[in-house]
Amino acid sequence: MNHDHPHERRRRGRIGDGVILAVLGLLGLAFFRVQVLGSDQWALQAESNRFRPLPVPAPRGTIYDRTGEILAENVPGYEVTVLPAPLDSMRATLDRLRPYLDLSDQRIESLMGTARRYFRQPLLVDSDARFEAVSALEERRPLFPGVFIEMRPKRHYPARGATAHVLGYVGEITGEELEREEYTEYEPRMIVGKEGVERQYESALQGTQGLRNVEVDAVGRIVGSFRGDLDTPAEPGADVTLNLDLALMQWIHRVFPDSMKGAVVALDVDDGGVLALYSSPTFDPNAFVGGIEPGEWRALNGDPAQPLYNRPVLGVYPPASTFKLVTAAIGLELGLVTPEEHMPQRCTGAYRFGNRVYRCWDRAGHGSLDLAGALANSCDVYFYQLGLRIGLQRLLDEAGRLGFRDSCGIDHPSESSGIFPADDSFWERRWGYTPTEGEVLSLAIGQGANSQTPLRVAQLYAAVARGGDAPAPRLLRRAEAPVSWRLDLTPESLEALMDGLAAVMAPGGTGYLSTLEHFQTWGKSGTGQNPLGLDHALFALLAGPPGQRPEIAVVAVVEHGESGSQVAAPVAAKAADYYLRRKHGIATDSIQTLRDHYRVGRPAPWAAR
Amino acid sequence: MTDLFRRWAGDTQLVLGLAVLTLFGVAMIYSAGVLNDPSPVVQGAWVRQLAWFLIALVGFSAVRTVKPRWLEWVAVPGYVLALVLLAATLVVGTGAGTAAGVQSFLQIGPLRFQPAEVAKIATVLVLARMLGVHETAPASLRELVAPSALVVLPLGLVVLQPDLGSALAFVGILFAVLFWAGTPLWMLALLASPGLGLILTFDTRLWSVYMLVVVGLLYLLRYRLYLVESVAVVLANLAAGTIALPLWSSLADYQRNRILVFLDPSVDPRGAGYQLIQSKVAIGSGGVFGKGFTAGSQKRLDFLPEQHTDFIFSVIGEELGFVGTMLALLAFAFVLRRLVRMAENAPDPFAGLVIFGIFGTWLVHIFVNVGMTVGLVPITGIPLPFVSYGGSFLLMSWIAAAVAITAMEED
Repeated sequence: MNHDHPHERRRRGRIGDGVILAVLGLLGLAFFRVQVLGSDQWALQAESNRFRPLPVPAPRGTIYDRTGEILAENVPGYEVTVLPAPLDSMRATLDRLRPYLDLSDQRIESLMGTARRYFRQPLLVDSDARFEAVSALEERRPLFPGVFIEMRPKRHYPARGATAHVLGYVGEITGEELEREEYTEYEPRMIVGKEGVERQYESALQGTQGLRNVEVDAVGRIVGSFRGDLDTPAEPGADVTLNLDLALMQWIHRVFPDSMKGAVVALDVDDGGVLALYSSPTFDPNAFVGGIEPGEWRALNGDPAQPLYNRPVLGVYPPASTFKLVTAAIGLELGLVTPEEHMPQRCTGAYRFGNRVYRCWDRAGHGSLDLAGALANSCDVYFYQLGLRIGLQRLLDEAGRLGFRDSCGIDHPSESSGIFPADDSFWERRWGYTPTEGEVLSLAIGQGANSQTPLRVAQLYAAVARGGDAPAPRLLRRAEAPVSWRLDLTPESLEALMDGLAAVMAPGGTGYLSTLEHFQTWGKSGTGQNPLGLDHALFALLAGPPGQRPEIAVVAVVEHGESGSQVAAPVAAKAADYYLRRKHGIATDSIQTLRDHYRVGRPAPWAAR
Repeated sequence: MTDLFRRWAGDTQLVLGLAVLTLFGVAMIYSAGVLNDPSPVVQGAWVRQLAWFLIALVGFSAVRTVKPRWLEWVAVPGYVLALVLLAATLVVGTGAGTAAGVQSFLQIGPLRFQPAEVAKIATVLVLARMLGVHETAPASLRELVAPSALVVLPLGLVVLQPDLGSALAFVGILFAVLFWAGTPLWMLALLASPGLGLILTFDTRLWSVYMLVVVGLLYLLRYRLYLVESVAVVLANLAAGTIALPLWSSLADYQRNRILVFLDPSVDPRGAGYQLIQSKVAIGSGGVFGKGFTAGSQKRLDFLPEQHTDFIFSVIGEELGFVGTMLALLAFAFVLRRLVRMAENAPDPFAGLVIFGIFGTWLVHIFVNVGMTVGLVPITGIPLPFVSYGGSFLLMSWIAAAVAITAMEED
């Protein structure tokens, strides 16, 4: 068979045509499948290749005080970012930005480190650039390709130091936080509340971040418009209104003794709402927004005065004589004493129990006193005897029931529990001895193994003023406040306690110089024995319009202030006066207490009463 | 003027078809350089390709001046030279561009070229020379041994480089030339059987069934075959099955990955499967009408690897859509069909065999290159003739065309 015969060639040519048709037809079918039938799915994948969603931060909710004043708000902030670029051109860009953004050599090195590690992501150069820097950069736009300036809401605390501790502050979420269950929905780079109210009501304030699609290339570098399309707008966080009174807190900030450490708590007697929660010394929370400078952070952290420490809820102090109100209330509640009853042994300045002599603070002695008199004079001898009637274990049990071993349950992320023994084991564990009944003598006058937060003391006084029940202190306005505990006292007993507190403020009482022109006051001073230095000064004050029940309970603690009545009482009184004057439409005045009037020589008509 | 052109071209249809493909390639190479993050190499590639087109036309013209007889004369020395050059690559070969790990290039002064391209043409010529002298078609398997050996030599050297893509082209040449020499299809099937068996060894059951089919076929053909031949086919098939495993383990990691990924791209979506997935995403997202010339996002954002060389067809698919890919395939079909017509009308057996050998290389190149972009065949570094970027490849393709046309001429 001749393979070169024309017929043969034509036959093979047809087979050749068939091969072409088969091979290219097969390819055509494959392309039909991918490009026509599967196109939608592949197009979707091309889009998801191409676009990467970038989060758009949601504006954080505003925090208002009870009068509608702003405690925390968002102000425009400017963020300067450099788009991903090769490292050498990144360095050149940073060098060009240096004069505008005051970048130090050290800062540039640390930014380059970040750029190396996260080379696919935009580099955040300045999270809070000054407006002048931003406008200078905008004018020279062409000189800075790849540099983006974005407006980003920035947290601002107008009252700065006055509200620093109670509000807390915000900052970028940390890796450790991201692992916690409460932050499962969160993503890196989000701004979250770190302390205080910002932390407590984080979930409400946060809102929902939006999404914006940016175009990225194969290595994940952002190449498309940085502003991008907003696919899902951010939902702003909810506003939060607090019981706090901004003006009151600022006033406390003003009148608190300069350079002294301490705390002030003011509660609304009516509902247990927290009117003020102040800690001294303080700091500017705005410095934390957008990342605090390392130097500033070291200074705050290393300061021996511990400005970051939130004293009214974390600090525990011996309540000292302010605790005598508790001893008295327990005695009355248990029917172990009546208001009129005098203790069998009159005060001669000391009390012998067993083979030990327990002194009264007043060596001269108070003589024979009833309950109100004992409170008014803070007579230790009276309370020694009352304490013995109650008995050690019963006092421990009752104090425990009144929450002295717990926290108050304020809606604040951190609160210390009170320290108060539950039984003998407390002494055995700590000091290795079994307490005798004599231990009750110390506890009855607020000394010994008893340390409480200023907030706890305020809650106690507010409870007595309310007639016995103690709602949990609430920062959030109109929040349900569960009753933490209740004193079961007759009106007569309550009246006797209030009489005792009123007598403290009467002529001759330790609080007399802190009485107020327009308002009736009840109070109790305390001087917490401090083995480490000067004693802590405490004062618990109740105040309200004359002839009515108290409306505000204030506790002031001045560390190493030595005298509760001279150092702490004026602070508490001035805070109460300021609040009540505004509440009742009386013009505020910086001359408030009797002491103020005497000092400036202004007549004090009520003092003659 | 038209006459002059006709004389120069020799076959106007073929030359115009190839010129259209080349210019289309230049346009797509230009588009491949339109990137978001422009790479200077890819950006200027289309200009260089255009320059190479001019060089290729010069080469084409040069070959067109020779007499057809010269092609027969040059066949044997050309073949020997090609083998020497291929062997040289194993010693002094360099990688280039996309094939950096493969020693397939030779550098002579400023010139860098792939001896495999020369070897393809030389092998076609020498095969045609050998088979063209026979009046009758090969009637026994034994007659296929010599031509097969002629192909296995350069093929083996190419595999050693290792350049599996070009190796496939040599297989294409062998079968195309043998087919045109009138070899019965059943003989070609038996010749191919060890290769097919090699592929099927990945599944033992499938391979066993296949072996039964081979034996059955041999039984049916028992009157046409010598016993020795039958035994040789069986032995070759068994050998293929036996060497499959050592052969598999002798492959480079990337080659094995390519095959595994071809079977299932999702095995390694970030590594070896990446190219295939991104290529399919590009082609698929092009849809019916494409995203528009230069507007492919997969290409622009660098998701497509080797977008101006081996994966140029993915750019075509993404930017011109199904319509574009079909037109491109039709253009290739036109060129291939033209080659078949030329072979049919060849003045002598030698010319027909040369043309069909070239037909075989191009068909393999087109099928493997285009097929890999849609996952129809495993990824092998093999360019698309006339369209992919690559100067010396373009030159040799045009020279191959000139050889085919020249062979058609009467002395």
